[in-house]
Amino acid sequence: MPYDNQPAYDKLIFELGSPGRIAYSLPELDVPVDDVRARLPHGALRREAPALPEVSELDVVRHYSRLSQMNYGLDTHFYPLGSCTMKYNPKINEDMARLAGFARLHPLMPESLAQGALRLMHELAGMLAEIAGMDAVSLQPAAGAQGELAGVLMIRAYHLANGEKRTKVLVPDSAHGTNPASTAIAGYEVVQLRSDQNGEVDLGELDRHLGPEVAAFMITMPNTLGMFEPRIVEIIEMCHARGVQVYMDGANLNAILGITRPGDLGFDVCHFNLHKTFTTPHGGGGPGAGPVGVKAHLEPFLPVPVVTRDDDRYALDWKRPKSIGKLQAFQGNFGMLVRAYTYIRTMGGDGLRAVSENAVLNANYILKRLAHQYDPATPGYCMHECVVSARRQKKLGVSAMDIAKRLLDLGFYAPSTYFPLIVEEALMIEPTETESRETLDQFCDAMLRIAKEAEEDAAVIHDAPVTTPVRRLDQTRAAREPNLRWTGPS
Amino acid sequence: MRYLPNTAENRRQMLDVIGAGSMEELLARIPPKARLARPLNVGPALAESDLIRHLRTLAAQNADADSHVCFLGGGAYDHYIPSPINHLIARGEFFTAYTPYQPEASQGTLRSIFEYQTMMAELTGMDVANASIYDGASSLAEAALMARAATGRQEIVLAAGVNPRYRRVVATYCEGPGLRLRDVPAPGGVLDADAARKLCGPRTAALVVQSPNFYGAIEDVAAAAEIAHAAGALFVVVADPVNLGTLEGPGCLGADVVVGEGQGLGVPLSYGGPYLGVFAAKQEFVRRLPGRLVGATVDRDGHRGFVLTLQTREQHIRRDKATSNICTNVALCALMATIYVATLGKRGLARVGELSAAKAHYAADRLTQIPGVSLRFDAPFFKEFTLRLPKSPERVAARLAKARILAGVPLKAFDRRLADCLLVAVTEKRTKEEIDQLVDALGQAVA
Repeated sequence: MPYDNQPAYDKLIFELGSPGRIAYSLPELDVPVDDVRARLPHGALRREAPALPEVSELDVVRHYSRLSQMNYGLDTHFYPLGSCTMKYNPKINEDMARLAGFARLHPLMPESLAQGALRLMHELAGMLAEIAGMDAVSLQPAAGAQGELAGVLMIRAYHLANGEKRTKVLVPDSAHGTNPASTAIAGYEVVQLRSDQNGEVDLGELDRHLGPEVAAFMITMPNTLGMFEPRIVEIIEMCHARGVQVYMDGANLNAILGITRPGDLGFDVCHFNLHKTFTTPHGGGGPGAGPVGVKAHLEPFLPVPVVTRDDDRYALDWKRPKSIGKLQAFQGNFGMLVRAYTYIRTMGGDGLRAVSENAVLNANYILKRLAHQYDPATPGYCMHECVVSARRQKKLGVSAMDIAKRLLDLGFYAPSTYFPLIVEEALMIEPTETESRETLDQFCDAMLRIAKEAEEDAAVIHDAPVTTPVRRLDQTRAAREPNLRWTGPS
Repeated sequence: MRYLPNTAENRRQMLDVIGAGSMEELLARIPPKARLARPLNVGPALAESDLIRHLRTLAAQNADADSHVCFLGGGAYDHYIPSPINHLIARGEFFTAYTPYQPEASQGTLRSIFEYQTMMAELTGMDVANASIYDGASSLAEAALMARAATGRQEIVLAAGVNPRYRRVVATYCEGPGLRLRDVPAPGGVLDADAARKLCGPRTAALVVQSPNFYGAIEDVAAAAEIAHAAGALFVVVADPVNLGTLEGPGCLGADVVVGEGQGLGVPLSYGGPYLGVFAAKQEFVRRLPGRLVGATVDRDGHRGFVLTLQTREQHIRRDKATSNICTNVALCALMATIYVATLGKRGLARVGELSAAKAHYAADRLTQIPGVSLRFDAPFFKEFTLRLPKSPERVAARLAKARILAGVPLKAFDRRLADCLLVAVTEKRTKEEIDQLVDALGQAVA
């Protein structure tokens, strides 16, 4: 690791400590109940103490600090992961989410004693509706995939309420995997549409598949090649003419804030990834939040409860007989909502538009600088991310994955690789607006250096990474003999 | 704008490199008729100090568990959170990392998830645990879908003691696949075994029991396991892992799948989320599990390392045939739980359970001495119990809230038959003095 003179760390918490050592501080028993175990059913009691660590507080702190140093995070590294919008996560968001009035608020608090939280949720839902041009927003879904499930279930309920039992959902072959997966859980047959040579919707293909059995068309906008579909309004009109609802996967919303709005384009539903566009941290895989916005005709089907406002009183409305139900036990990932609210209020309307403009500028800058060495997947200007193919490097024996691994040695996290599936040796690069030109130049220099190495010295690429805590890992072995828990000293 | 480093000069130079005359040229593919011709109406940008003032005002309008004494439970609990957790999870290398798709640059996250999987498997008494689901309710929904896939059957039988909110989430997830939910009553606060036996049959994919259940009562988990298995169904247990230092891991009592809410393991209350969906199962279901799994392997030099594995179950590979649609999970909450369990360790977790249960029993003993106040059910309980009050629980709770005591959760909104009941939870954090205050105040409120 850079700047780290310590030897490689290879411990698990189970391999530390000593019997009898403790890291906790718990109060003494101060009530006159001597042996509570005698008051519990004998068969319900744990027979053997769990095999858990016996360590000191410093053991814990040093172990997890050392583990953290084995990660690349956005705070330490440029993270150009396409489709993931790895932008800076403001520190003020964290301070606000930790205010006791938010962080220490119980979810079953009577509404009269949670007015500040409900007001924040009501305002955030309103701001997201304004940003997307939607009529109503539910903040409940825990992540994008759950937002998708909620959205497709609302579409299903809408059709059923109209007496229509439609059975299929159309999804382009360039879609995120969650789109078909969420659709399948909602009980639909998924029909994959072939994209045209530019990765855009093939209008003829779409027209052939539209019919009375189709409930919805689900599409990412801008698409997963980072391109704005210039015919999107016509596409949506074609769908609506056949009674088909149109769902926008909002993963790429960072490209269009204040420039255009899904609702104005005609979309019926869209979800938001607060952990992408609205700066809540990714946390090594989550938590996120995936609010879902709908047009008025779908509003009766929103998940319960819905936050309502009557003058200055906020409440949770559970009496919604057409609702699709609940997605989480409580109101949603409220801690993430506080962070997103803080961010939107920090930026304001003009600031949000500047976010998207700079995101688009940064992506096009990278695309231009790389275009001589890496083949752009599509012609023309991109939006907030660009997709290039390493097919030229592949001919020299260097794959997209090899390039990704070499980037790790050069001090950068890797772009998304092999996605979208329709591009050979895809490298999907999303710089975001929070990176400076200097960082973009360093990254582009590294990419061009790798292209040169592919021609002159591919061994250094195939060896990579050599500066990380481990080198390339044996994935086949991991899958063939799954070892999913610690079972003792190796 | 402090998050946007490009200056006007930077932007001009970058447009020059791109060969575009203006920002507008880059956006030319967006049809003019689809453009937003006005600024977004989300309010003006606020300076940091103004924004802090505003959010402090909103936060102050909430009755939090610092300013009030909290006896609320019902699926979220005010357990002790050791100080190191917040410091460690706030390290940017954890906090701002993505899903560990590049394992060589993500060993910290991968190792901590491997530890988490080990801890959850150990506590629940199961063979394997996944890297997390959103919350306890969505974990249970995923278990229902997995039971359907594993058995090819279309009915889920749920004990009435399962958290009613969880049941609603299961119903949402089961709508598309057309699974039928059937409910076993709990007239005595625990599963009616005869009714369960009648409802479980050749169409049953899973029997679901929660213990301690929503009313706080401890179920006879082993007896319920026999009922499920006699019908050839999976036995799914909803358990709170923070109790499992004291209570037996459901896997040792016959569970095939254990799910639960891990919020008690060091995750803030945060008005309901983000929380931690625990999902653990027997080895035979490992290729049917929803969500991410981390496995150990070796690198090119033979050194131990960790990777995401068995990914062919997942949506980014298998798409509409995936075992689940989950992608983003709650990795950071799983890290909180990992550090929590490491800190409490072999002895501390049992101590948390015993203290909570002892204090809950003391509270119940004293509260039921108040005239007209009684336990609603005879069944044994753990850290939470259902109290029957002689006056409206909503009014009693509102009156105590004025004295900064959050007395419990009135149950009318969950079950009309329990309209005279208050659900009271006691954790190890509550002191004898606080419990005595609750008893005095509640006694006055119902007098």
